[in-house]
Amino acid sequence: MELFNHLALGFSVALTPINMMYALIGTLLGTLIGVLPGIGPVATIAMLLPTTYALQPVSALIMLAGIYYGAQYGGSTTSILINMPGETSSAVTCLDGHQMARNGEAGAALATAALASFFAGCVATVFIAAVSVPLSELALKFGPAEYFSLMVLGLIGAVVLAHGSLLKAIAMIVLGLLLGIVGTDVNSGVARFDFGIPQLTDGIGVVSVAMGLFGFAEIITNLESQEKRERVASKVKGLWLSKDQFKAAWPAALRGTGLGSFLGLLPGGGAMLSAFASYAVEKKVAKDPSQFGKGAIQGVAGPEAANNAGAQTSFIPLLTLGIPENAVMAMMVGAMTIHNIQPGPQVMTSNPGLFWGLIASMWVGNLMLVVLNLPMIGIWIKLLTVPYRLLYPAILLFCAIGVYTINNASFDVMQTAFFGFLGVLFVKLECEPAPLLLGFVLGPMMEENLRRAMLLSRGDPTVFLTRPLSAVMLAAAVVLILVIALPSIRRKREEAFQEE
Amino acid sequence: MARIRNPKDFWAGFLFVLVGIAALVLGSRYNLGTAARMGPGYFPRILGLLLIALGGAIALRGLRTQGVAIPAWRWRPTIVVLFSVVLFGLIVTYAGLALSTVILIVIASTASSEFRWKEALISGVLLAALAVGVFIIGLKLQLPIWPTFLTG
Repeated sequence: MELFNHLALGFSVALTPINMMYALIGTLLGTLIGVLPGIGPVATIAMLLPTTYALQPVSALIMLAGIYYGAQYGGSTTSILINMPGETSSAVTCLDGHQMARNGEAGAALATAALASFFAGCVATVFIAAVSVPLSELALKFGPAEYFSLMVLGLIGAVVLAHGSLLKAIAMIVLGLLLGIVGTDVNSGVARFDFGIPQLTDGIGVVSVAMGLFGFAEIITNLESQEKRERVASKVKGLWLSKDQFKAAWPAALRGTGLGSFLGLLPGGGAMLSAFASYAVEKKVAKDPSQFGKGAIQGVAGPEAANNAGAQTSFIPLLTLGIPENAVMAMMVGAMTIHNIQPGPQVMTSNPGLFWGLIASMWVGNLMLVVLNLPMIGIWIKLLTVPYRLLYPAILLFCAIGVYTINNASFDVMQTAFFGFLGVLFVKLECEPAPLLLGFVLGPMMEENLRRAMLLSRGDPTVFLTRPLSAVMLAAAVVLILVIALPSIRRKREEAFQEE
Repeated sequence: MARIRNPKDFWAGFLFVLVGIAALVLGSRYNLGTAARMGPGYFPRILGLLLIALGGAIALRGLRTQGVAIPAWRWRPTIVVLFSVVLFGLIVTYAGLALSTVILIVIASTASSEFRWKEALISGVLLAALAVGVFIIGLKLQLPIWPTFLTG
């Protein structure tokens, strides 16, 4: 009953015309960038953050959230029709989705993707609503020691599940934490690492870091490689499923939803991991695994449901614990901070309209995506014929305007350019930028909780081990590192990411 | 003398160590405090030491394991793209959004090997109209449309 009341409150917020409009804008923009290569949700959210200043916080968050799950829809469209994932999370959809399109079943593949995503979105919305209350209540019992350990676990978990070198990823986190504490220390008023630059006393802006590392660096590396992409769009006819196809697809969508909802909860989880895991599962449980890669409908339904469910449930740790688990959620922390909302368990009680409104808006947004996007597929595909040489200057322009208007300061633009340079360097050295962004966002919070915990324990560091919850979380972090360091598992993990 | 077998690892580790040392050196000016009452220098020092340790391990691995070379850096896209954006940030309050947009688009377009003058100019003018429409008329951002030396 309580769940029903919460959702009713949420829908009363999400269904106001203004918020529906922002959900629509967010999901459309999300689909757009999902379709377009070379720009992802992180850079887009960074670009749009400054324009949300004037909005109500709930409208701003609804729009930004829409970008994330909208991108999952857009990404799958291009995966199916032209074998090119707009987003990494829909890369697996290429395997069977594009084969279906080649077999003349493009319409069925698109419908499967959309319906599976929508179904997953509905389930995930209810799941978020159900899990949030108990998790928030648990989180409210956390002291600074527990929070510190939770952040350690969250950061470690995020890199263990990510791909690439574990050591490098941890080093990137530490670098991010260091960048995060640049600026005036709240306790002592000392300006740290400001290099005598007055603008840095307020700290480095999250928009600059994200836009530089994810936006500019991506554009520059794309220009360096200059690869020519084959763009042959298949004809789409009959956007619907036959009875047999439906029968084959729905159990896969169900499994994908369950898997995605769960994996989205884990640190480092989210859309991409869920999609890959679901594809592996579908291949395992299939009666005839040899069909996979040749246009098996389960290979579309499962991962598409999973990536959408995962995208949505990755909001849970952010909304209930205040801990972002991937780079997109780190941007949401930035968005909440801009609107003076401290992410954490108190949001639900202090700001119930915002909390439940955001959750309900995800369902509304998913509905819009199904209803509006399927007929619009032709337009999205047209957009892909715009050559990259015309596209990237426009993306740069919107980035530049976005970052300039944060403070109307050219310093911010230069700062972003600096992070763009760093981003290219990281690409060359194979260092993933996502852990850095997570560390950057969590830096100040982590220091504050470390300080408080140590103050309460009178300088005794064993407090992190003597408080049971904190000890469990730290132990879990250590186990994660040890497990991943074991040679056999390391090989498995490398194999798993090879499929990308 | 050990040989660098995996340059990506080695130089990444080297950079991490460098930043770690910088954090320690710059951070030494900030009061350390005690474990119970941490000063502004406490957390940065922990991070600096961690970064040196991690970077050292990564660099060592770069000496021991085999890896591929760092891909060549074609400087043109980096310089052109970043320059066009920085220039935009520097001139937009004086030159106005319309002109700055055209300048950014034309300069940025030269980063591509398929650059065409006419196309870049047309795209710049169209985007300038769009940018003015969306950001100044629509979102009411405080930016001049035309150069201030023309409008006074």
